[in-house]
Parts: sequence; structure tokens; C-alpha cells
Amino acid sequence: MQSSSDHEGSKLGMWLFLYTEIMLFGGLFVLYAVYYHKFTDDFIAGGQQLDTFFGTLNTVILLISSFAVAAAITAIQNNSKKIAIILLGSSLLCGFLFLINKYIEWSHKFEVGIYPNSEKLLESDPGLNIFFGLYYVITGLHGVHIIIGMALLVWSLVRVKSNHITDQNYVLLENAGLYWHLVDLIWIFIFPLFYLIL
Amino acid sequence: MTDVKSFFETPAPPKYSGILSWLITTDHKRIGILYLFSILGWFALAIIIGLLIRLELMFIGETIFSPEQYNALFTLHGVIMIFLFIIPAIPAIFGNFILPIQVGADDVFFPKINLLSWYLYMLGGLLAIISLFGDGPPDTGWTFYVPFSVSTNTNVSLTIAAAFILGFSSMLTAINFITTIHRLKASQMKWMRIPLFTWSLYATGWVQLLATPIIAITLLLVMFERWFNIGLFDPDRGGDPILYQHLFWMYSHPAVYIMILPGMGIISEIIPTFARKSIFGYKAIVFSSLMIAVAGSLVWAHHMYTSGMSDTAVFVFSLLTFIVAIPSAIKVFSWISTLYKGSIQMSPPLFYALCFIYLFSVGGLTGLVLGAAGPDIHVHDTAFVVAHFHFTMFGGTGFAFFAGLHYWWPKLFGRMYNFKTAYLSGVLITVGFMFHYVPMFIIGLQGMPRRYHDYLPQFEQGNYLAGYGAVIMVIGMFMMLINLLIGIKKGAVTDSNPWGGVTLEWQVPSPPPLHNFVSEPKIMDYPYDFSRFFKKNK
Repeated sequence: MQSSSDHEGSKLGMWLFLYTEIMLFGGLFVLYAVYYHKFTDDFIAGGQQLDTFFGTLNTVILLISSFAVAAAITAIQNNSKKIAIILLGSSLLCGFLFLINKYIEWSHKFEVGIYPNSEKLLESDPGLNIFFGLYYVITGLHGVHIIIGMALLVWSLVRVKSNHITDQNYVLLENAGLYWHLVDLIWIFIFPLFYLIL
Repeated sequence: MTDVKSFFETPAPPKYSGILSWLITTDHKRIGILYLFSILGWFALAIIIGLLIRLELMFIGETIFSPEQYNALFTLHGVIMIFLFIIPAIPAIFGNFILPIQVGADDVFFPKINLLSWYLYMLGGLLAIISLFGDGPPDTGWTFYVPFSVSTNTNVSLTIAAAFILGFSSMLTAINFITTIHRLKASQMKWMRIPLFTWSLYATGWVQLLATPIIAITLLLVMFERWFNIGLFDPDRGGDPILYQHLFWMYSHPAVYIMILPGMGIISEIIPTFARKSIFGYKAIVFSSLMIAVAGSLVWAHHMYTSGMSDTAVFVFSLLTFIVAIPSAIKVFSWISTLYKGSIQMSPPLFYALCFIYLFSVGGLTGLVLGAAGPDIHVHDTAFVVAHFHFTMFGGTGFAFFAGLHYWWPKLFGRMYNFKTAYLSGVLITVGFMFHYVPMFIIGLQGMPRRYHDYLPQFEQGNYLAGYGAVIMVIGMFMMLINLLIGIKKGAVTDSNPWGGVTLEWQVPSPPPLHNFVSEPKIMDYPYDFSRFFKKNK
């Protein structure tokens, strides 16, 4: 992407790619909508077993990290490389915290016997099985996207450090930021669907 | 213009030579050639598999394959033809090679991502090969319907991973093309001056972006089901198998427009060139491409009339299906009207294009039989369906691809193939095609199911005849391919514009130099203005 000097075009390409990501998760949200319609009561019962505290915490963490990335872009535009590195580092840290929280949450669910194909889920209502099936698939796929987003941020960080990203040429950082915001935004949809409205 | 070095002689990036100059190239023309040969290889393989299927079906009972082998073969034929041939063929080969030149650009917008797409394509193909070994090739059909795709013990996961990666590759190509058209078209190249082939790829790109992620997530879900047994499509555990079919066709129906739109683009280039006449209804063709892109995304459930949807859904999707036939018909009428009172010069590309119009029309009209909810119940999952989609996919996209090969071959390699052999193979393919698929329409109406290894005695005659058609057709196709390949080495050297075309690719030398344009391209107010050509010939 750096080979071209047309930054608008590079960003256009990134937006098109983000659009495909939205469609990817859109398919899963279709599943959610259909099954919510079919098993409303089970979905509510399942949602109450999820920990709203962890969900809220992770939402706050992601919002902060998104802010940090946006601020890092402004910092680069103002030519303050050091601040940009600190900001990128802190958004990476937020990404790690998010994954750790997710790990705690998932392993707790595993301990109480809620995981795909577990005996407890097989014995309970089918709707509950679907709810937690979707929970694992959607949050799992989102987790993978967090990791990809962090990889992009690390790459941008390295490029900032090696002075490849400057106040004249920061489209890579902007695109990584766009991706990170998207991952954040998808979480903003996942959070109410699983933790809040049920 | 012969003193200009062609892209074959100028590697990009310049420091590499030999095989590396191809494997690390970022030149859109070289990548197009890489695609050309890898795709043709897969195509030849899938043709042979298809021929073997037909030979098996020529006689009642087991002829050359066991039922299990037969299931694997028709799955492979479908997977290779769809994911490795028809979807990538026209965009990846001609789109890569011709599109940047048609809009007056040096290269695509993301040259490195373009190369990455090719590697993803090769990786997908490699996985498809690996899936043949171990637990054995998949036997689900290319549709991977649950619950069978989740419960069968064959290598479905690997094949699905291959399809996933190939989808990613075609998505990246689509992003590349859309960005190229938006950002790199020459400043004089206004939207209504863009050639129709490029327009069709633009519409295709959007369908790819809209639809491919849905198949990606659907295939991922099948993999998750196989690994973790979640039960999202298992009715025993609350899942809904029909939902899988919805998700699958939400991609796979728009995908048929991914396959046919670029083919229509090729025909829209060839017809005016050989009619020496401006295309009839330029704007109508542009908008019908975009309309197909939109309407084609809303008709997916017409594959599912018998799967247990509500009657309301069947009615709505049947209606939408009829609507999507309109833009396709607009194109067919426009091509015919272009030929009317044109100064027609017969040539192999035009010959294939004319066969396209006929075969595609038959395919489209029989599609209406399937799109109407009533008759579909009768012919659903019969050989009629197989004949219908081969008329559109092969008689349509396949013939458009052949036409494109013959049209742009001199541009790609700077040499011409043998005309007589090209005509002869074209006749063989078309005649074989009719012999092959028309009997399938008839036995389909009589009730011959698709994907069956064996059949009742009343279907024997039709299946037997179809086998002969298949042999003639395959001979024709290999004759055509060999003729083209011989042309690269031994054909007569051509100048930059052997056909008298007016779009930009005919202004550059054949084969084009590394940076495509020797001088600033001259962009006309209207892309199909042949008046200049006539003045020159007076």
C-alpha cells in the first residue's frame, strides 16, 4: 500500500476492505436475529449468565484504545513521534487487556461446563445451546480480529519508529487505525446483543 | 512502434530476471499471464473430470467409477470449475491485463496486493489438491449442504479452506479494480467514457465485495461445526439447516453474476468492434450491469423453493427472479441491435460471441422456467437444472471467455493464431455443446435427477447421446487451446490493432510495453466512436 502516493486511493481500498468485514460479521448477525426470534426466552436466560461487568470493562478498554489510535494519528500529523509511539503502545496494551479479560471470561464459562458440545449444553434447552454457540463463534471471531488489528498496530509502530511513517506519509497508520476502529465498532454491536439487552 | 520493448522483455521490478521476474513481479500484465496459465491448467483438468462423469453416465450401472468415486468427481468438477476457473477467469486474466490499459493507467492501484491475490489463488489450488489425499476428496457437491457436509468423513474442511482462500483472493482483486477505476483512470476518462468491459468489472467488483464475505463466514461456520460440533445448523440442537442454505445462496446466487457480468463485458467489446458500429444503448448496458449487480443480490432463495420456505418467500423470490431477467435481456437486445445494419466482419472472436448470444439466451430463458415457482417444483434438482446452468455458465461465461481469448490473444502475445482451426474448434465446441446439453433438458423434464450415479432405463438414450456430445466438445476445446498456444510461438506477428478496435488497449503496441502507453493516450468523447476508423480507411 505504501507504493502509491495517492493516499485517498489507499484509504478507499481500506474502506472497501472494511466493508467486506462488516458483511462477514453481518452474516453472523443474521444468524443471531433469526435464532433470537426463534428462541427469545432462551436467549434472555443465556444473556443473564454472561457477566455484564466484564462486558462493560472490555467496551471501555476498546473505546480508550480507539481514542489512543486516533490521537496517535493527530500526533504524527503534528510531528510528535514520541507521543505517537506512546499512544500506539497504550492502545496495544488495551488490546492485550481486552484479550486477557476475554480469556478469564471464557475459562470461567468452560469451568461451569458451558462450551460447544459440552454435556451441560446438550442437556439444556436447544435455544441455550444456540445462544452459547453463537456467543463463542462471534466473540471468538472478534478476538481473532483483535489479534489481526494488534498486528497491524505493531507494524505501524515499527514503521513510525523507523521514520517511514511521517507527517507527510501516514496513510498506513491511518488504515491500521481504521481497521482498529472497525474492530471496536463491531464490539459495540456485540456488547449490547449479548450482555445488555437480554 | 516496433522499437518499443514489450513487457515480456522488461521485468518489473527491474532487478530480477528469469523465473523470479515472474514470481516477484508487480506488473499487472505479467500477473495476468500468470493467471492465464494457472487458470487454463485447472480448466483443462476440470474438463477432463467432466468428460469422465459423462462417460460414466453413458451406460446404466457402474461403468468406470464406483458411486463414491463418482460423488467425489462431480464435487471436484464443480469446485474447480466454479472457484478456480469461472469466478477468477475473466477478471483475473483479462481484467488484470486489459482493465488498467482501458482506463489509461500504468498499473492497478495496489500492484503488490495484486500479486498477493495470485499467490492466494495458487495456495487455494494447492489446498484443493491436498484435499484429494488423506481422507479422500470431498463428496458433498460444490454446495457443501449441511448436515452431510458436517457429518461426512472426507476432506471437506480442507476443500472449504481452499474455497475460503480463493474467495479472499477474488475479493482483493475486486478491491483493486474498484480502487483503480476510481483513482487511476485518466483525467479525460469521464465515467460515461469508460469502455463497457471495464464497466462490467466495476459492477462485478461490487458484487464480489457484497457477497464473498457471506460465503466466507458460511464456510467458516461449516468448519467450526466439523471441529467443535456447535450445532448451529443441527435441528436436534436448535439449529436450522435451511438457514445454511440461505447463507450459502446469499453468496452463491450473486456469484453467478460475478461469473456472467465480465463475460457480458467481453461481448460488449467484441460486437461493436466487428460490426464497425457504435454499440447500441451504451448507457443502457452500463445501467443494466449495475442493475444486475443490485437485483442479482436479492434473488438467492429461488434455489430453495423445495426446501421448506414459506409460500410468501417463494412468491417474493420468484417475482424478484423475473425482474433480474430484464437487465440481461436489455443487453442481449442491445448486442443484436448493434449488429443491425453494421458492417460485419466475421472473425473467430465474433464467431464465439455470436454463439454466446444464442446459448446464453437459451440458458436465460430456461432460467425463467426454473425461476417460476410452479414448474420449478417439477424440475428441481433434475438434469434440467444442470443443462440450464451449463447453458448460462459454459454457453455464457465459457464462450465469452473463449471469445475474449481470441479477441485479446494478439494483444497479449503480439501474435495471431490460425483462423481456420479457431473456426473449426468453435464449430466442434458448439455442436458438441448442443448434443451434450439438449438431451439433458429432455431427460430432466422426464425426471432424471442430477448428481445420480445410476438411473432408470428410460433415461438411457438421453444420457448416451450426451456422452457423444461431451466427447466432441472436449476435442473442440483442446483443439482451440492448442491452436492458441501454437499461435504464441508460430503465429503471424500482428500490429497494435489487428481488429480495428477503438478502445485504448488497441492504441498501445502488442504486446504492450512495461508502462502501457508510449505516448499520452488520446481519450475520445465516446468509447465506441468508429468514425475515425472509417476516415483512415477511405
